[in-house]
Amino acid sequence: MPPRVPHFDEMHLPDGGKPGVREHYKSIVEWLAGMPPERVAEKRREADLLFHRVGITFAVYGDQAGAERLIPFDTIPRIIPRAEWELLAAGLKQRVNALNRFMHDIYHGQDILKAGVIPAEQVLTNDAYQIAMVGLDLPNHVYSHVAGIDLVRHSDGGYYVLEDNLRTPSGVSYMIENRNMMMRLFPELFARQSVLPVEHYPGLLLDTMRAAAPRGMRDPTVVVLTPGHHNSAYFEHAFVAQQMGVELVEGADLFVKDGYVYMRTTGGRQRVDVIYRRVDDAFLDPLAFRPDSYLGVPGLLSVYRAGNVGLANALGTGVADDKSTYPYVPDMVRFYLAEEPILKNVPTWQLKKADDLAYAMDNLATLVVKEVQGSGGYGMLIGPTSTKKEVEAFRARILANPANYIAQPTLSLSTCPTFVEQGIAPRHIDLRPYVLSGREVNFVPGGLTRVALQEGSLVVNSSQGGGTKDTWVVE
Amino acid sequence: MLSRVADRIFWMSRQMERAENMARVLGVTSNLVLFSSRDEQQQKTLLAPLSITETNEAYFASHKKLTLPALLDFMALDETNPSSIFSCLKWARENAHAVRWQITSEMWETLNATWIELKNFKRKDIVGADATRFFDWVKDRSHLFRGVTYGTIVRGEAFNFSRLGTFLERADNTARILDVKYHILLPRVEDVGGALDYYQWAALLRSVSAFATYRTLYRAQIFPIKVAELLLFEPRMPRSLAACFVQVREALERIEGQHGKGAQRLAGEMHARLTHSDIEEVFQSGLHEYLDECLDDIAELGTRIQRTYLGTV
Repeated sequence: MPPRVPHFDEMHLPDGGKPGVREHYKSIVEWLAGMPPERVAEKRREADLLFHRVGITFAVYGDQAGAERLIPFDTIPRIIPRAEWELLAAGLKQRVNALNRFMHDIYHGQDILKAGVIPAEQVLTNDAYQIAMVGLDLPNHVYSHVAGIDLVRHSDGGYYVLEDNLRTPSGVSYMIENRNMMMRLFPELFARQSVLPVEHYPGLLLDTMRAAAPRGMRDPTVVVLTPGHHNSAYFEHAFVAQQMGVELVEGADLFVKDGYVYMRTTGGRQRVDVIYRRVDDAFLDPLAFRPDSYLGVPGLLSVYRAGNVGLANALGTGVADDKSTYPYVPDMVRFYLAEEPILKNVPTWQLKKADDLAYAMDNLATLVVKEVQGSGGYGMLIGPTSTKKEVEAFRARILANPANYIAQPTLSLSTCPTFVEQGIAPRHIDLRPYVLSGREVNFVPGGLTRVALQEGSLVVNSSQGGGTKDTWVVE
Repeated sequence: MLSRVADRIFWMSRQMERAENMARVLGVTSNLVLFSSRDEQQQKTLLAPLSITETNEAYFASHKKLTLPALLDFMALDETNPSSIFSCLKWARENAHAVRWQITSEMWETLNATWIELKNFKRKDIVGADATRFFDWVKDRSHLFRGVTYGTIVRGEAFNFSRLGTFLERADNTARILDVKYHILLPRVEDVGGALDYYQWAALLRSVSAFATYRTLYRAQIFPIKVAELLLFEPRMPRSLAACFVQVREALERIEGQHGKGAQRLAGEMHARLTHSDIEEVFQSGLHEYLDECLDDIAELGTRIQRTYLGTV
């Protein structure tokens, strides 16, 4: 059994004895209490069935038989009061603005490096620092058009940024489909309280893409570039393309001629102005990057550099969401915006520093240790839930290459009631809002709530058995 | 529409139609073998499906003897034979998967379920007692897919390329089936008009679901020249070349864009020829030669479609 750590309960008030329910969850609690267990069970079966059927949606290309994996969906929503969301929204906007300013800066004047706020070598020698971006001017100076900022709520009730995802963050299709599913299963819930909509996200996304068009074109042709139908996120690529009403293309559909990008269509070639690419930097252009890539478009980089096509997100954003850059984000806010950061960072020890390393070595069993470039919940140590043997094995890995790791205190993620086999029980959750940057910053209220379905688990990644919930921002 | 997407849809439909026609040919073959008492005649009958699909060499590269079970195994289930029913169903499903979001979920589910159900058939049943049930199943799945497509998909480029694939493939297949008589079943003079000859022509008609139609339209004994006329020129007979080319022409005309003239012209010419040819003249100059020409033109049309719309040759 994992140790019980104090945590913030999203639904219940902490007062002893018989705990009360927070104001914004009252309606849901009443509704749950009024529902006979048979009906709850029936609705959960219906949800499963719908996801399987409609649920072409959550398909992952599986085995030969065409079987599909579904990401578990929990029918109890995660609720955020509007006032709380407004504060988060202001913080997200501020943070993403600063990050975009930072990316523009490091590929231009490098003021922040000259001012010594961030060590220059840390940025310039980073694998994700993209020489090809130096001096290139992007529309609206936006680099990360779609950013996914992972937030967790600590036992002190405050939100902390766990990480910034500035490359090709995914999951937004789940956010929209979860809402569709809830409205279909429990329409009566939406009559009880005013839930702010999220369905207009694809429209905002399309606006954002259009704003990334070269030289302020008025009616640019936007496409979504996918690695193809064997990619695990293919459903989402197809979903966003369909929702925006644009073509879903693969690398082989595009070609470069006379300084522009075209797609091959049955009506002849058609020029492409903005590519919402869901293909990693290294695979985008075999002439410039990995020569063995079949996913990209030969010559794309030259067109991009000439300013004849927009890419979202831009190349070279990885340098800003690297976990070794993360500790400096609050300083970026202060440096570029001359404001105090609204969103807090999790305290982070950079193990390349001798003092930090020494601290981490002394306290390893209480810390979370992550690889600088890791993602998806892989390559990390969660001290408190690991065995002595696991901790020692990880210690050896750290000592072999300390600069590859950061350490953080083990945050107690907040919990939200969740349907489990035995009924309803608290499970840990996080929140990923999607921040769109075009001519201005936009988002829909809420985001994707991920839930760790294992009791006590703090790992919410779907690749590690996590599920999702609908996320409500309520008046 | 993206050329890649159109290409997948075109081939998905061709492969499903091809699977159906293969099932028809094999069904007839299994039947005819029963009527072929002489060894020599039986061998000729078994050779027919290989000849019309041009897979003789591939078959004899891996087989010494030609027997019905071995033939059925090769034509129905052999993964290395690109014309086998197995391969057709596999690639139809693979193509559908790649364009799952440009076709309807019903279309995808039909092809996916077909692929999954295929595994319920055991090899020994398909090449043995259950062959007919298997071929009927393949035909049913093809009918279902065509009906689901017609009934669910929006009338746009996906529909056009699906129709184009279906009817170009069917025209090709009907021409090949009709050519069987020339290739293999060429009767000895003393057999003409005999029981075997009758069974062969009747089987050929049945293979394209045209036996009853023949009776209704001609109210006559089965004459080869009438069978040929029915399968070539009769626009009311849905598997005839003439009927196929009505659909091919219409599909090509509905496809947007100005650069498809070459394909449209050839389809128009073929349609005109199938509408205005005289069957007596065709027989005088040779049915086989006429069918050869048709097959060449169908192949050329396929090439033009690939080059013009699908970005591949």
